[in-house]
Amino acid sequence: MPEIRNFTLNFGPQHPAAHGVLRLVLEMDGEVIERADPHIGLLHRATEKLAESKPYNQSIPYMDRLDYVSMMCSEHGYVRAIEKLLGIEAPIRAQYIRTMFDEITRILNHLMWLGTHALDVGAMTVFLYAFREREDLMDCYEAVSGTRMHAAYYRPGGVYRDLPEQMPQYQASQWVTGRDVEVRNQARQGSLLDFIEDFCNRFPGLVDEYETLLTDNRIWKQRTVGIAVVSPERAMQLGFTGPMLRGSGIAWDLRKKQSYAAYDKVDFDIPVGKEGDCYDRYLVRIEELRQSNRIIQQCIDWLRKNPGPVMLDDNKITVPSRNEMKDDMESLIHHFKLFTEGFCPPVGEAYAAVEAPKGEFGCYIISDGANKPYRLKIRAPGFPHLAAMDEMVKGHMLADVVAVIGSMDVVFGEIDR
Amino acid sequence: MSSINQIPVINAKRGNPLSKVFDELVRFCRSRSLFILHYCTGCGAIELPPAMTSRFDMERLGIQPMVSPRQADILLITGYVSIKTLKRVILTYEQMGSPKYVIGICSCTVNGGMYWQSYATAKKLDEYMPVDLYIAGCMPRPEAVIAGLQQLMDRIHSGEANSWEDYFRNYDYYLGNQQKLFGDHWQTPTDIITEAKHYNLMGEGTLGEHTRLLEQHQKPLEALDMRLGHNLKEPTK
Repeated sequence: MPEIRNFTLNFGPQHPAAHGVLRLVLEMDGEVIERADPHIGLLHRATEKLAESKPYNQSIPYMDRLDYVSMMCSEHGYVRAIEKLLGIEAPIRAQYIRTMFDEITRILNHLMWLGTHALDVGAMTVFLYAFREREDLMDCYEAVSGTRMHAAYYRPGGVYRDLPEQMPQYQASQWVTGRDVEVRNQARQGSLLDFIEDFCNRFPGLVDEYETLLTDNRIWKQRTVGIAVVSPERAMQLGFTGPMLRGSGIAWDLRKKQSYAAYDKVDFDIPVGKEGDCYDRYLVRIEELRQSNRIIQQCIDWLRKNPGPVMLDDNKITVPSRNEMKDDMESLIHHFKLFTEGFCPPVGEAYAAVEAPKGEFGCYIISDGANKPYRLKIRAPGFPHLAAMDEMVKGHMLADVVAVIGSMDVVFGEIDR
Repeated sequence: MSSINQIPVINAKRGNPLSKVFDELVRFCRSRSLFILHYCTGCGAIELPPAMTSRFDMERLGIQPMVSPRQADILLITGYVSIKTLKRVILTYEQMGSPKYVIGICSCTVNGGMYWQSYATAKKLDEYMPVDLYIAGCMPRPEAVIAGLQQLMDRIHSGEANSWEDYFRNYDYYLGNQQKLFGDHWQTPTDIITEAKHYNLMGEGTLGEHTRLLEQHQKPLEALDMRLGHNLKEPTK
């Protein structure tokens, strides 16, 4: 009888379920996984090193490109670390705008996760539904920052500009005319806040739609219930954060425990799972969609009633307005200095973390008093999750690996940095 | 690579007066049925699904994602390519069947973009493989992606998009750049020179000093050793 040896399987990086560039070397006994070895570094492009050679404010766009599914949350972590270093606080209206856009980002991220996770497991429709809603939120990004993805909207000392009074509208074209344009522009008659409010009113119904497709779906449950169970103790030991930790039943959320921005002024709940399997993590994220929606609605109410500045009025750190810059010599000097040299925080170090959609995203900055950070360390939430890959898939079938990757919500931009 | 000789190649002069019409028809059909290889490097991976799904809907142009490089026509490089990924990209590119087209999306593939200072990224994609079309921007919008794809379709239809032949004709140049990055021992499983000879695509730049270097170091291919090692016993012979 020939000797039976474990089979080694190479998964990715060119694999449709690899979420970009995950490469796994799987050691299999038949179809059961004995060991999984994730390989990283395929998207490494030295963000931390590049940040050391650029003034503080010029590194903000790199943060967008770290976790390119939840752009503004990564910015928030970095900007908050700089603010801590400088000892400044953004105005209250900026805090609310940041809260609102963090939650919009959370919905964006969770929709992306939901679509791809369901697609990997075999449900095509959810993917199409999820991307339909993402388009609306992308329009919100575009309205405030001018770009659909990499916004660079948060700045130290506030946000770059106030919310627009007029939502951009569709224009008639060769193919879309008359009544069709009106239908498309229906929600875009008012300001950005009106547009987001319209979205928020529709959104709970849309989440119900996803849930009808998945939550009680027999196939979905067969693929996710009981897969990759992580006990609460083990989840803490492994350094899990965000929905991965909450799925295991630990109510840890930086928005509540170490409140930042305006999260202490809004009302929301933290969903927690019971079993710690893929299905619970799915339920947690779905509930987070609803909670985010609640937070956004509260922020809209507040923002409507309270106009005010969105940037600190300290031109050593924030940019003077365009008009001031054109009229006033001093503002021109400030403008020039800010965009060439930047600002020099005092010597020291600061760590600030935010609850990004994937977990705790933190930036640790050491400043030696220059206009560039001496060292920037990024704590990416995906890294510990991926490190637990081996433990999570051990003893499961090959097809379950895809479900586990999906439920981890890995994005390689932040893992490889 | 002996099996390649079994693939028939039609070299005969075509006397049929209708052949030009057929060529036109073939090119038309080719340009209307394109499969994009689903290999996402970098941020572009997020802007492609919107281009495929309902609002922008790439499928109305006959463009669909495809999971295997053997059946795909277009290789989309979406965003920064680190040196480690570039190896995989080249392997993938060489595995694709001709005619094949490469599109570089995002500024990072054009000249390094925001990461031009980085030690870990390959800056210009067209030094390592022929690129048919660049779509610049960080991120290009889905409209731009679709406009770019339409332009590629036009170029395929008119017969201009033949840069894949360039990879065979100037293999020495591309190989030289690859060797500069990956070291002298760089070797891919695909034997480009034999393929070029077989398909009559030898050019002046196919052979040169870099291919000579390749021949010096070339080892016969064997299965990759992917055992994980430490808790495994040595296989008994």
